[in-house]
Amino acid sequence: MMNKSEKTAMLEAAGAPAEIEGRSLWRDARIRLFRNKAAVGSMIILGIITLLAIFAPLLSPYAYDQIDWGYIQEGPNWENGHIFGTDGNGRDLFIRVLYGARVSLAVGLLATSVSLAIGVTYGAVAGYFGGKVDNIMMRFVDVLYSLPFMFFVIMLMVVFGRNIFLIFVALGAVEWLTMARIVRGQTLSLRRREFIEAAHATGVSNFKIIFRHIIPNVLGPVIVYMTLTIPQVILTESFLSFLGLGVQEPLTSWGVLISEGAKVIEASTWMLIYPALFLALTLFCFNFIGDGLRDALDPKDR
Amino acid sequence: MLSYAIRRLLIAIPTLFIVITVAFFMMRIAPGGPFDQERALPPEIEKNIKAAYDLDKPLIEQYAIYIGKLFQGDFGPSIKIRDFSVAELIMAGAPASMQLGLSAIAIALVFGVGFGTYAALRQNSAVDFAVMGVAMIGIAIPNFVMAPLLSLVFGLYLSILPTAGWGDGEIQYKILPIIALALPQIAYIARLTRGSMVEVLHSNYIRTARAKGLRETLVVNRHAIKGALLPVVSYLGPATAAVMTGSVVIESIFGVPGIGTYFIKAALNRDYPLVMGVVIVYAVMIIMLNFLVDMVYGLLDPKLKSR
Repeated sequence: MMNKSEKTAMLEAAGAPAEIEGRSLWRDARIRLFRNKAAVGSMIILGIITLLAIFAPLLSPYAYDQIDWGYIQEGPNWENGHIFGTDGNGRDLFIRVLYGARVSLAVGLLATSVSLAIGVTYGAVAGYFGGKVDNIMMRFVDVLYSLPFMFFVIMLMVVFGRNIFLIFVALGAVEWLTMARIVRGQTLSLRRREFIEAAHATGVSNFKIIFRHIIPNVLGPVIVYMTLTIPQVILTESFLSFLGLGVQEPLTSWGVLISEGAKVIEASTWMLIYPALFLALTLFCFNFIGDGLRDALDPKDR
Repeated sequence: MLSYAIRRLLIAIPTLFIVITVAFFMMRIAPGGPFDQERALPPEIEKNIKAAYDLDKPLIEQYAIYIGKLFQGDFGPSIKIRDFSVAELIMAGAPASMQLGLSAIAIALVFGVGFGTYAALRQNSAVDFAVMGVAMIGIAIPNFVMAPLLSLVFGLYLSILPTAGWGDGEIQYKILPIIALALPQIAYIARLTRGSMVEVLHSNYIRTARAKGLRETLVVNRHAIKGALLPVVSYLGPATAAVMTGSVVIESIFGVPGIGTYFIKAALNRDYPLVMGVVIVYAVMIIMLNFLVDMVYGLLDPKLKSR
């Protein structure tokens, strides 16, 4: 039973403006993302790996190209500071794995940015103009899709030497196709919307509409796909390095270390295990974050 | 459907032509040539050798000669592997590469779809998380890490399979390379299948099928799987490309005498005709499989059938 004053208090409370803030799509997504334990854990681990890579020189008494003649290809040993062991040239594996992380992460981010720039612009232009332009542009993408691209990249590396900038560009040039398709699909459905028509009617140029109105609205799927492209690029770089076409000595990347380790796997398993562990962990994390982002940004509950 | 097939086939021809052209000029524009050696050849000998391979002519003319010969089915001689024509080398290597690649794709398809469907039917159960967790590991561990590990565990520690080599092509030599090639693809396909299967199982036509009182096995096998397979089928194109490029590494790790191993060596040695030959073979295989995939897609997707 409630007495009258309680009732009025309740009525007043109900009538008072509710303290509910409007939540934007992005805020909603952020909340959902942070509720995803796998994604948060992955972000923390990736953060640690990134910090390790940035502060690599401070973390080991050895330099990445320093040869320790006393310990050539010896297993992990905490007493002499070679906590991951040494490689065939007596170089400390721990510091080399961290330097490998620098190269692998940098390649991942930069090549993905290249692919992002090409793919988003291309897809938005094709989708926005539609019709014949779209048809021709997307046929071109179809043709590129069925090319054995990795072979071209391999040839490119063989032919023009192992230039690290070439790796960025080559990998970026390979990975933009899917991005273009995704953006084009999204743009197609956007361009008939009222706000685009309104922009059109007020005389905004096509260029401005694409970059001001279309692209910000396709960011959701783009970000998701970007997070999934980074591990792919890192993987491809490792693949090239494994073939001996990546970065050059004494610099190193995970792929180079893995290929060195794979050659001596029977005698020195640690030389394969540590770089492989870091590579797998990084790919794992990026994939989990990508999945988490997709679940967070996709209103459809999967 | 027929016109669709013809259209796709017609696209394949310019595609192949682009591949050949790009590969040709990319190889040639590069610095270095097949006869660069520590000890330079006497100029007149070098001139004769180059003339024998038409390398002294202008680039455009070389290209025309190459395309002309290609139309007659002549891939030219290998420059570095003496006394062998590129066609002979490819004939010798292709069976092994094809067997590995096609078996890997078939296995990936069967197991990937199987695991994915199984996980989707038990969505959010322990089995689902287990399958998807393992699939994630399959994606995160690249095949060039998996291959040496497989060889170490099954070849050396357990010694039930040969660590490397090909023998006379007996089955035990093929198991590890095929597994190494197939694992990442199994993982990808399982994830794809699970995702689309979960979506399809929540769709209206499945609800209708269930409401009719259809048995669950029929609902899945007859109705759901068709819709759920669409993304998987369209992934088969990229999957083929991935398996082919992967086979370059896997072949060299396991010492398989396939065409993948030629590719890197030939590219490093500037063995132009051999590189071209291998690229063309891979391109034809990828384009053909893409065509097949498109056809299957057309059969599965009613929206495309009408076109």
